[in-house]
Amino acid sequence: MAEPLQLNNVSVRYGDFTAVIEVSLRLEAGHIGCLLGPSGCGKTTLLRAIAGFEPLAAGSISLGERQISDPGQLVPTEQRNVGMVFQDFALFPHLSIAGNVGFGLSGMDRAEREQRISAMLELVSLEGTQSAYPHELSGGQQQRVALARALAPGPELLLMDEPFSSLDRDLREQLAVEVREVLKRAGVTAILVSHDQQEAFTLSDQVTVINAGRVAQTDTPYALYHNPADRFVAEFIGQGSIISVNADTQGKLSHGLGTLTPEQLSNYGQSNLGLLVRPDDIKYSARSEVQLKVLSRAFRGANFMYELALPNGQAVSCLTPSHVNVAAGELLPVQFDLQHLVLFEAEG
Amino acid sequence: MEIAVSREVSFRRLASGSYWRVALVATAAVLSVPVLVIVASLLQPYSSAWQHLADTVLGDYLTNSALLMLGVGVGTFLLGVSAAWLTAMCEFPGRRFFTWALLLPMAIPAYIIAYTYTGLLDFGGPVQSALRDTFGWGYGDYYFPEIRSLGGAICMLSLVLYPYVYLLVRVAFLEQSTAVLEASRSLGKTPWQTLFQVALPMARPAIVAGLSLALMETLADYGTVEYFGVSAFTTGIFRTWYGLGELGTAAQLSAVLLLFVFVLIVLERWSRRRMRFHHHAAQAEPSRIQLSGVRAALAFGLALTIFSFGFLLPAGQLSVWVVGSWQSGASENFLNLVVNSFALAAVAALACLALALLLGYGKRLHPGSVEQGAVRISSMGYAVPGTVIAVGVLIPFAWLDTAIDDLARQWFNVSTGLLLSGTLFALVFAYVVRFLSVSLQSVEAGLAKIRPSIDESARSLGRSPGGVLRDIHLPMLRGSLLTALLLVFVDVLKELPTTLILRPFNFNTLAVRTYELASDERLAEAALPALAIVAIGLLPVILLTRSITRETPTDEGTGVG
Repeated sequence: MAEPLQLNNVSVRYGDFTAVIEVSLRLEAGHIGCLLGPSGCGKTTLLRAIAGFEPLAAGSISLGERQISDPGQLVPTEQRNVGMVFQDFALFPHLSIAGNVGFGLSGMDRAEREQRISAMLELVSLEGTQSAYPHELSGGQQQRVALARALAPGPELLLMDEPFSSLDRDLREQLAVEVREVLKRAGVTAILVSHDQQEAFTLSDQVTVINAGRVAQTDTPYALYHNPADRFVAEFIGQGSIISVNADTQGKLSHGLGTLTPEQLSNYGQSNLGLLVRPDDIKYSARSEVQLKVLSRAFRGANFMYELALPNGQAVSCLTPSHVNVAAGELLPVQFDLQHLVLFEAEG
Repeated sequence: MEIAVSREVSFRRLASGSYWRVALVATAAVLSVPVLVIVASLLQPYSSAWQHLADTVLGDYLTNSALLMLGVGVGTFLLGVSAAWLTAMCEFPGRRFFTWALLLPMAIPAYIIAYTYTGLLDFGGPVQSALRDTFGWGYGDYYFPEIRSLGGAICMLSLVLYPYVYLLVRVAFLEQSTAVLEASRSLGKTPWQTLFQVALPMARPAIVAGLSLALMETLADYGTVEYFGVSAFTTGIFRTWYGLGELGTAAQLSAVLLLFVFVLIVLERWSRRRMRFHHHAAQAEPSRIQLSGVRAALAFGLALTIFSFGFLLPAGQLSVWVVGSWQSGASENFLNLVVNSFALAAVAALACLALALLLGYGKRLHPGSVEQGAVRISSMGYAVPGTVIAVGVLIPFAWLDTAIDDLARQWFNVSTGLLLSGTLFALVFAYVVRFLSVSLQSVEAGLAKIRPSIDESARSLGRSPGGVLRDIHLPMLRGSLLTALLLVFVDVLKELPTTLILRPFNFNTLAVRTYELASDERLAEAALPALAIVAIGLLPVILLTRSITRETPTDEGTGVG
């Protein structure tokens, strides 16, 4: 049922403004992909192009063997067999839950239809809500109805536009886990648009970071965090700072931050390097001789997030257990624990 | 092959867009003809009749219309704001009842309330008769204010137009954050000081918007000022056309009236824009000031007085007359009148709805500046007095008739006479120009509630654009479409001056018959058609009260969460 989705050099233009620039992407059948980026980066436009709501200026989109979009041809949305979950859910207020979920089911007899509707509601754990109306349900329940409705016709591809953004923070994470389970059980290929990396990481197999209309990097969540392809991805994904460092001839960095591999040394040179330091790269170590001045700190319950000053004044952050209680202005003993070094060309 | 497909696709997109654009621009162009004709009349040569008018009565028209606006402005402000303050911010016995009851005067056209009060208050009426009987006075023994005067007209118009102010200001009061008002109280201000120093200034945009609507109606009024013998612009236009037969001068007079209207439109638009900035989320229930004892009695008394004079008394008097004259055979043609009025109003309402759907959808599908401009121009008529629109329709239709007649004579040697003017077509066209904005507002509000994601969601579930219209839009719009029909229907039924000028010879409606009978001083006989108009006029008011008594002015959207 599920088909791989393929985007080749897709561009989308609004008048003179190019919202999506030469995006290429492949998503395997049954996988969940995410388009992640700050607002206005073109991720929603790209999703709408896949849905068939926006024509392409260049490139092509195909689903399995079938080419569904290129600049000359736009298969109408209703003929694409894609399901879509909208940011505001877009439930039909004049139809019951059964009416909503059954809306896309055609060519079925009554019994078949009812069976499919209850199967879908069961899938999203909303059994017995058939005769309710959308406004009678909570936000989280409406979200699941929207999902059931989109999945009911058995789409080849499911598209979700910021599906959790109108929900409470707590509800969001819980639903993301549930939705992933539902999608995996249904075996559907899905693409989600998000600006929330937590949501993206929880839900997807593959994340595409988009910056100003272009693909910055497509990878697994793990690889994105640990091997960001450029400064943008490094700063957008996770926390951390890029500090400028110098290496000696052996590639050794000061303060025991680590040692460059020979390839890195030949690629980036010795001086003026940008090094990515994540909060979990710096560990509290009571006996360490490296003591950094605390600039500020934020208590988060399970842990402290410290902002520390390196001897040359550059700021880095450090995550410690919650009982490590050092006031601003005092010194915190730490140990650098960079498993591998992520380097960038120094900035301008 | 690929290229051929590509051209076709882009051509089709382009073509459908430009069809809509042509349709919208054409609609706007045709509908703006009457107003353009009036404005263009200023450039026409001024006849001797104009000079005569300017020397004699123009000054009267200006003074009287200005005094009328001033008086009605003050009257509607006082009645509307106090009614709004009492029902929105105070708690007293009967508040819930008065919240909707105070809207009812809206159902009575000004000319009908004028006839009714004349019947009540003139020399032979029940009030003066009772006074004479009680005190044994005779004619000339006592002073009694003359109702048929400028002051009387101001009172009549204020009594039925204050609900415009009441409606908008009440919503503004309810939307004001309780915290702001409580802050004022906590800083040591009494409720009265809070009203004048905080609540009223904050509600200023709503007050201005409500007043400008009431004043537009004042300028448009013909029946009241004519009956009371007050020379205002509308009566002047009538007299110039029917008395002097000077259509061109009537148009020039209309243009001067339009100038007043234009000021009001600008005022209303401006204040509505301000309102948007001041829009706060409505709270569940404002904390009302509890009135008790004398103050509660005063509040109740004031609300009851406004309600009685605005609705209870006139409606009651009309009913008494209807019952009293039932046997006198005055109702022989009544059925005929009802059929005429209803058919006319229904046709106009349907025509407005069709055009409103065309404009509303065109704007939704292709929201360009040209389309937006076309929609805006098409809905300008709501502010233009019916008299002005009638003159503006009469001139181009007469010109068209003459042109067709000339051509027919030239080519076929037959005279076609008057094909368009003096027909129901001209009348319905004028109604559409005047009332299209009413149905457009309903349709646009309904369409706005359907978010684009709803359309897209239906498309992604396999519906074609036509299927979306059938399965989603029509069911979701049903309420708005019915409202649009009802509102125009009732407005047409009440409209007097347009109908008077443009109706075909001997074609009578309820409004026209009421006017004729009242002019002949057959007030009791006029009561039956008048009461019918009031009864039907109550329908949209009931619709309004249903939405207003839901207490909080929230959208009935399908909010998320």
